[in-house]
Amino acid sequence: MIGIGPEIKICHLYPDLMNLYGDRGNVIALKRRAEWYGLRPVVDEVSLEAKPDFRLYDVIFIGGGQDREQQLICLDFQKVKGSSLAEAVEDGVVLLAICGGYQLLGRYYQTGDGEQLPGIGVVDVWTVAGKKRLIGNVVIETDVIEGPGPRTVVGFENHSGKTYLGGGLRPFGRVINGYGNNGEDGGEGVLYRNTLGTYLHGSLLPKNPDVTDFLLRRALVRRHGVAELRPLDDTVERRAHEAAIRRARSKAH
Amino acid sequence: MGGAPPGGEPPSMGLRKLLAIWIAKLAVRVSRVFGRGGSTFPGTLARRVAPGILLTLGVQLPRGVILVTGTNGKTTTARMIAAVLGAAGLRVVHNRSGANLITGVTAAFIAGTDWRGRLRADIGLVECDEATVPRAVGELPVRVMLVTNFFRDQLDRFGELAHTVELVRSGAARLGPDAGLLLNADDPLVAGIGRSVSLPATYYGLEDGRHGVREMAQSREAKHCLGCGEPYEYSRYFYAHLGHYRCPKCGQERPQVDVAATRVDFVDARGLELAVRSPRGAFTVRAALPGLYNAYNVLAATAAGLAAAVEPEAIAAGLAQVTSSFGRMEPISISGRRILIALVKNPAGFNEVVRTILGDPDPIRLVIAINDNDADGKDISWLWDVDFERLAAAGDGIDFIVTSGTRAEDMAVRLKYGGVETNKITVEDDLTAGLARALRETASGQTLYILPTYTAMLEVRRVVAHLGHARPFWQA
Ligand SMILES: [Zn+2]
Repeated sequence: MIGIGPEIKICHLYPDLMNLYGDRGNVIALKRRAEWYGLRPVVDEVSLEAKPDFRLYDVIFIGGGQDREQQLICLDFQKVKGSSLAEAVEDGVVLLAICGGYQLLGRYYQTGDGEQLPGIGVVDVWTVAGKKRLIGNVVIETDVIEGPGPRTVVGFENHSGKTYLGGGLRPFGRVINGYGNNGEDGGEGVLYRNTLGTYLHGSLLPKNPDVTDFLLRRALVRRHGVAELRPLDDTVERRAHEAAIRRARSKAH
Repeated sequence: MGGAPPGGEPPSMGLRKLLAIWIAKLAVRVSRVFGRGGSTFPGTLARRVAPGILLTLGVQLPRGVILVTGTNGKTTTARMIAAVLGAAGLRVVHNRSGANLITGVTAAFIAGTDWRGRLRADIGLVECDEATVPRAVGELPVRVMLVTNFFRDQLDRFGELAHTVELVRSGAARLGPDAGLLLNADDPLVAGIGRSVSLPATYYGLEDGRHGVREMAQSREAKHCLGCGEPYEYSRYFYAHLGHYRCPKCGQERPQVDVAATRVDFVDARGLELAVRSPRGAFTVRAALPGLYNAYNVLAATAAGLAAAVEPEAIAAGLAQVTSSFGRMEPISISGRRILIALVKNPAGFNEVVRTILGDPDPIRLVIAINDNDADGKDISWLWDVDFERLAAAGDGIDFIVTSGTRAEDMAVRLKYGGVETNKITVEDDLTAGLARALRETASGQTLYILPTYTAMLEVRRVVAHLGHARPFWQA
């Protein structure tokens, strides 16, 4: 289906480097649902050295990467993209950052040796390498998504970094099953302005259409002041969501 | 410290070790009585009683051990090597049931002994999980270590791909001075091991340019140079990130190849013919296996045969006997229906299977069974890295797709977002019911593809075996 509605510009950051754990499923979900809503999604892939004006995008996505890749991006953020991305975040661009991408938005990542790799510091979080890998199915409950009552969000986490939030920030949700940001304080992810950082992959968006729609709606409101999305048939997605909850409960840590 | 040296001398077997062997052999019998495969439990038991048991057995092998590791193609390649060694008249001890952890290897070696603890074999052939490589090298007289490729697989078990590569590299670094490496030159991650270990390395690779493409589809395992981080430039890709590559900055490139397939021909839907160039001259081999990815397996087995001093004639004779092993596209007939089953476990392998299915002119009838148990990998995110968009492009060429297994719903979502019409998709969590449904909708003379993950495969096997012998229950 070709949409006739407004264009929605999606930026996939470092698709060649930060593409662990099926991250591209999130971009597929954004693009598909935008099409189903009659919008016209356009996806730009942006990698090392390119320096776009991030404020021109409606939705930006960055996934997770392996250590090596993450170091390359850390450098690219410092030298090339960091300030433009930070400006866009303050400007209210919708940004979804998962795992490694989430960590890089914060102040720093402290390795096991105590060395601190700088992040761009636009969100007041910081990450410390942990000894144990936090792996498994996750269910969280969130009240940041518009609509009646709290919503569940499902996914899979696999990280050894433990992320902590600064005083003024609230997590994306409260952990029902799994570890979340650090396995200690019961929080998962962070929402700062329109930037959502989280450890949930799985992929996250396809099984959580409420989250996808939340991001699309915020992007439309930022650009056009309104967002009217007629309901879709989400039977398949809802079934997967419910199945993921059952799976997480059957194999609770 | 080097690996255990090969001996040939019959060892003086301590009583404790003999006892371990007896206990393990008894355990095998008992578990057979109770109808269980039990391919690793006897090994665990024996190692409890005599921790050095594998070391003691391994040194009896006059020609040492060929160890096969890597992400994809281990089982198929090891089976082909076994056929090649067999054709050369060698007696082989081989952990063939896919028990590729140290306990499975131990069990296989014990199964190959007589009651006095003597190993009745000339050479060992060990298919080895990447994480087990350092341990296996420590306990076995490995003479040849073959590394097929590295793909992302079961990330939740190994953490990250770089870690998996490092496990294999550290194993290679512990090999004895009489050992050699046999490496896939077309995989930069594999070839990198040859550069970092001071042992002689033999490289194999494809050189038939007709099969290469200029653009890589999805997998991006090794995009950046291991030497300097610059993106590699590929003159051609054969299969995912396997191809001919070079770093434009530091010049690190695909190594010179010793054993090359200069020509790969697809004889029919599921046969391969390879023209091989080697230090032992040029020769031709054939195997009844489909797909370019199997050309790598055939070539690897050929190179392993040469490394074990098998004559080219015997290599060709051995490979000619090979048919696809169970679960790797072996056709089965159920009441006139043609059933093809292929194990799926990572994006690269799944993409190849999709390519094969799209090459079949029949309408697409498909069961995809995704489990997320420990042995499958608990994280099913990799499904998003498979190009189901290509499958969806078949449009009305798709008759039906049944999704099943513990993650049937996730698979259905993936297909929907890939662009498959939802009215073509049926979710059936219960695999027996899902298979019955698919068989009901497949007429005699038609083809049905079944694509399960590892533990789902075990279930598919049970159901199919039952159907093969009993009256088909879906007609009842
Ligand atoms: Zn380089």
